[in-house]
Amino acid sequence: MTIWLAIGCVALLSFAMKAVGPAVLGDRELSGRARGVVALLAPVLLAGLVVVNVAGPGWRGLDWTLVVGLGGVVAARACRAPVLVAVLAGVVVTAVLRVALG
Amino acid sequence: MDRSFVTGVRVGLGLALASFVLAVTFGALARSAGWGVVAPIVCSLVVFSGSAQFALVTVMSGGGGVAAAIAAAGLINGRFVPMGIAVSGDLRGGRLRRALEGQAVVDGSWVAAHRGGGRFDRHLLFGATAVQWPAWVAGTALGVVLAPPEGLVHDLGLDVVFPAFFLVLLLDELRSSGRARAAAGLGATVAGGLVLLLPAGVALLGSSAAALLGLATPREDR
Repeated sequence: MTIWLAIGCVALLSFAMKAVGPAVLGDRELSGRARGVVALLAPVLLAGLVVVNVAGPGWRGLDWTLVVGLGGVVAARACRAPVLVAVLAGVVVTAVLRVALG
Repeated sequence: MDRSFVTGVRVGLGLALASFVLAVTFGALARSAGWGVVAPIVCSLVVFSGSAQFALVTVMSGGGGVAAAIAAAGLINGRFVPMGIAVSGDLRGGRLRRALEGQAVVDGSWVAAHRGGGRFDRHLLFGATAVQWPAWVAGTALGVVLAPPEGLVHDLGLDVVFPAFFLVLLLDELRSSGRARAAAGLGATVAGGLVLLLPAGVALLGSSAAALLGLATPREDR
């Protein structure tokens, strides 16, 4: 029962968080400065997501094989590899490192 | 069919693949935490947020209690508030319809739909999310049914898939302007510092303050 309660509450919270901006602001245009902030939200949140995902709580989840794998993704993109190929490169690099290190 | 929607579906396919892999691990984790078969699938159907769902299972199975688990998941999803505000001007209809259209906001789609300068392509957003949602639910179902051993995803290097997709999207954003690079660097530093002491959701919300750099510098659309 507690699982269902938790699922229901988180579903409602998620709905409300996504809904509140569009519902409250409506079709009002943001000011130039606010739009300047909004324009930077994507790179900022993505950078935060990558760091939090890699580091884990208290940086206890840091796994250097994963970091090297992400380096492989960056290298593949620098060589103009398509997105899926770049991601696959990261997976292969990480998996090979883990196998090699036992 | 709208060309932007088709582009969104195409972009969303790559994101859906990452979502699918992550969802398999979520399904397996929830099953091993005693959630049974139906609850994880319903959770993916109605919550549709990987980070929040992982937080929910992790805190509950760690003995943190329901309230703490809900709070953790809510904090992680707190980023949807500024993301929803960002897209609001590009959605259509009255308040209720806009609130419903805002449900299409998920990380990958939101970034893919960003046209620069704080403007968003609404149909691209819908297209990218339309393929990720079923992939997320199907992956969860497969994870619940197969319940692969915990170490398999790690051994195959599949835990790289999700941060890798975020990284690819970030690299594209970084090309847009020096201001985007400065803000991303600051955001990464703040997130890295905060996650040392605080839950991931709070660290993420804190990192979003780096976007305030947009107030201080002249707007520079790409």
